[in-house]
Parts: sequence; structure tokens; C-alpha cells
Amino acid sequence: MKQENAAWFRKGITNGTPIALGYLAVAFTLGIAARDAGLDEWQGAVASVTTVASAGEFAGFQVIAAGASYVEMAVMMLVINARYMLMSCSLSQKLDPDLPFFHRLLIGWGITDEMFGVASSVPDSLNPWYYYGMMAISIPGWTIGTFVGIAVGNILPVHVTNALGVGLYGMFLAIIIPPARKNRVIAGLVAVSMLASFAMAKLPLVSGISSGMRTIILTVVIAGIAAVLFPVKEEQHAA
Amino acid sequence: MQHNIWLYILVMAGVTYLIRVLPLTLIRKEIKNQTIRSFLYYVPYVTLAVMTFPAILDATNSMWAGLAALIAGIALAWFGGSLLQVAVVACVIVFVLELFL
Repeated sequence: MKQENAAWFRKGITNGTPIALGYLAVAFTLGIAARDAGLDEWQGAVASVTTVASAGEFAGFQVIAAGASYVEMAVMMLVINARYMLMSCSLSQKLDPDLPFFHRLLIGWGITDEMFGVASSVPDSLNPWYYYGMMAISIPGWTIGTFVGIAVGNILPVHVTNALGVGLYGMFLAIIIPPARKNRVIAGLVAVSMLASFAMAKLPLVSGISSGMRTIILTVVIAGIAAVLFPVKEEQHAA
Repeated sequence: MQHNIWLYILVMAGVTYLIRVLPLTLIRKEIKNQTIRSFLYYVPYVTLAVMTFPAILDATNSMWAGLAALIAGIALAWFGGSLLQVAVVACVIVFVLELFL
């Protein structure tokens, strides 16, 4: 059992490496935003290690820069990070119900778009040590990147930063495409989701909606309709 | 009124942590309702697809580099590329194309 945990932890580090590199690159830019808001290196690093949220921190630093109230900060976080609630609901069903409670407290700290995505692609139930492996490499990448970004700005050329950022989207594709190949419902969902997301980003009336809100609205609507039209049979869950 | 940056950080981190940890700790049993189960089963695919497109087009200086990475990533993932392979190929395509575009 212990050996199995260690193997999962190592696998988490391996699959967490592209996450960490992408985070490092994005965090340089985040660090610049933090510096503009008046944070020093340590404040930025603490913000990143505790909040671990890209869009959330960018928005949070804007709140700080504007000198808005703490209540406004709380509301801003609630709105921009609300998608994590959905991810948390989804992950709750991938953990063994008998797992000691503290595992849930620890994994909760690491629910980001990328780590959630990678964890979702694990068949059957999720070994928490897989998650800890990803966290152990990604969260330092994010934190160190923020620190360096505040101290010296972006040390990478812009096109390297862009490339590493796109690597994160590559990971998302590696997660959603293989199941889409095997399952036509998922293939249809992926296509519909991308089209709807594109439409919502570009159409005049709705394009003002933030990307975080767009993610929540489309996920609830599309996954909701799919759940009613194409209920998943039990044996499919294991796939 | 002067605000304290550490307090801002505390609020930021505290609210975000609660959002993440509450469902995970409150829903500890297996959900039996088939519709909810199905919904949660579909959530990752929809969420990640929505987050990838069209955002990938805006992540690069030239939209075409992002589009090329998207198409190559889908193709490679379709034919069995691993997480790491697809991520690296998407990176390299953007890196190379942005040298020229």
C-alpha cells in the first residue's frame, strides 16, 4: 500500500511537470501585476502559495491596487473562483468515501483548473498521493514564479512565456480528446462546448461576461442537458 | 482608509479555500442520483473544453500559432499522445511559429 502511494506520488510529479512549467511562466506575468499593485516579493509569494489561482490573483491584485474594501475582495473571489466549487463537487465523487478527512482538506488547497483536469483523467478512484505529487511540483512553480516576477519581472522572452502558457491548453486537450475518441457523447460535448464558448466570447451581448463566469454558465447548462439526455450507466463510470 | 495588504491576502486565500474545500468535505458519500452523477461525470470535459477554446487563440501573439497548436494537440491526443507529449508539442509549435509570425 505504501509502495503504491509512492508510485502515485511519482506519477503526480511527472504529470505535474508541464503544469509547473506553465505556472512558472504565467506567474512571472502575475508577479508584475502584483508589483504594480504594491506587493513586495514575500507578499506575492504568500498570496500565490495560499490562493493558487491565476485569474483569481490577477483580479485580487487589482482589488488591492484600487484600495477597495475587504468585502469587495471577498465578493470578487467568490465570483471569479466559483468554478472551483463545481470542480470540487466533481472530485468529491472520485475520492474513496472512507478516506481520512484530512486528505480532503489538503486536496482542497490544490484544486486548480489544471490539477483538476489531470486528476479527472484518472480512471476509477483517485489516490490522494497522485494529487500531492502534482501539488508538490506545481505550487512551488507558481509561488517561485510570482516571487521572481515581482523581484526582476519576466526573465523569459515573450514567445517562451506564450509557448509555456499554451502547453497548459495542450494538457487540457490530452485530457479531453482520448475519452472523446472512445465515447461519442463526450466527443459531441467537447465540440458543442468549444463552439458555445467561442460564441459566448464573441457575440455582442454576452461577450462582456468574464471567462470564469462563462465557464460556470456553460458547464452547468451543457453538462446539465447532457446528464438528462444521456445519463451515464454505472459500468461507464469506471471507464 | 489605509488597507493592510496581508489582510487582503488573507481574505483572498480564505474565500478561495472555502470555495474549494466545502463541496469536497461536505459531499463525502457517493451520490446515488443518476442525473447528478452523470452531470458530475460530464463536468470535466465541458469545463476543460470551454476553457481551452477560444482562449488558446488569445494566448499567443499571433492567433495562427494558437490555432496550429490546437489542431496539432487534438490530432496528437486523438492518436494516443500522452499528457506530456501533447503539452510539449503544443509548446514547441507556438515557440517555433512565433519566431516567424
